[in-house]
Amino acid sequence: MVPVNFYIILSAILFTIGAMGVLVRRNPLIIFMSIELMLNSANLAMVAFSSAIKSFSGQIFVFFVIAVAAAEVGVGLALIVQIFKSRHSINVDEMNNLKG
Amino acid sequence: MNIDLILFIILALVAIATALGMLLSRNAVYSALFLVLNFATVAVFYLLLGAPFIAMAQITVYAGAIMVLFLFVIMLLGAEQLAPSKVIPAQKWVAGGLAFILVAETVYLLTVRGVPAGNILQPAESANSLGFLQQMGMMLFNEYLLPFEITSILLLVAMVGAIVLTKQEKGGQK
Repeated sequence: MVPVNFYIILSAILFTIGAMGVLVRRNPLIIFMSIELMLNSANLAMVAFSSAIKSFSGQIFVFFVIAVAAAEVGVGLALIVQIFKSRHSINVDEMNNLKG
Repeated sequence: MNIDLILFIILALVAIATALGMLLSRNAVYSALFLVLNFATVAVFYLLLGAPFIAMAQITVYAGAIMVLFLFVIMLLGAEQLAPSKVIPAQKWVAGGLAFILVAETVYLLTVRGVPAGNILQPAESANSLGFLQQMGMMLFNEYLLPFEITSILLLVAMVGAIVLTKQEKGGQK
């Protein structure tokens, strides 16, 4: 019997750690991992709410979010590999022009 | 103080510690492994909340497929540690302050203003029975059939996009 508030607070803390990762890190791979962490904390909040109101809709949305995250990671990592091939560096500070 | 609450607190500490380890470790491989541990912890939370299907999907898709892809790319690029670059002065402190404000604001809005107090989760009685999965499948393929089909198209587009992006171009520029 855990109050649903506890899950929401944990989800908020995890989301904030993910947002800080996007703000302070320079490695795009770690920025991607932080985005995954934020998606995961949103999933945790949705499952907690769906369990609190005893409905499956939240869990089905989490299922879709997982599918979208998989698609996002596939395309994003392909982009990072391509940037590394053309510039031999993946530091986000050096990605300052659009033309390869 | 019952057993659920003790389990929740221990797991929450593990989840926050692994997330911080992901954020703070210098080596990207360590970050990825910390994140795998964090996903496993969140999967246990899903089991506690009575969502066994989501927990298994979390383990197979996130900890299995996505993080293995991450590790492949980290090792392929040799991007474990980037060379230190110019940092904006006081960036870490400003980000930390903004993050503290964000978490305080979210906790205030979600717990004090949003959720009515005393909303207690009941442990799901039928979480392990087959009726649970059957019910969820019926809902997925009846009410949410259109989003399900759109998801399949999205995955196809992402797959084609990843292949096109990493394809070697024959004969240089076209």
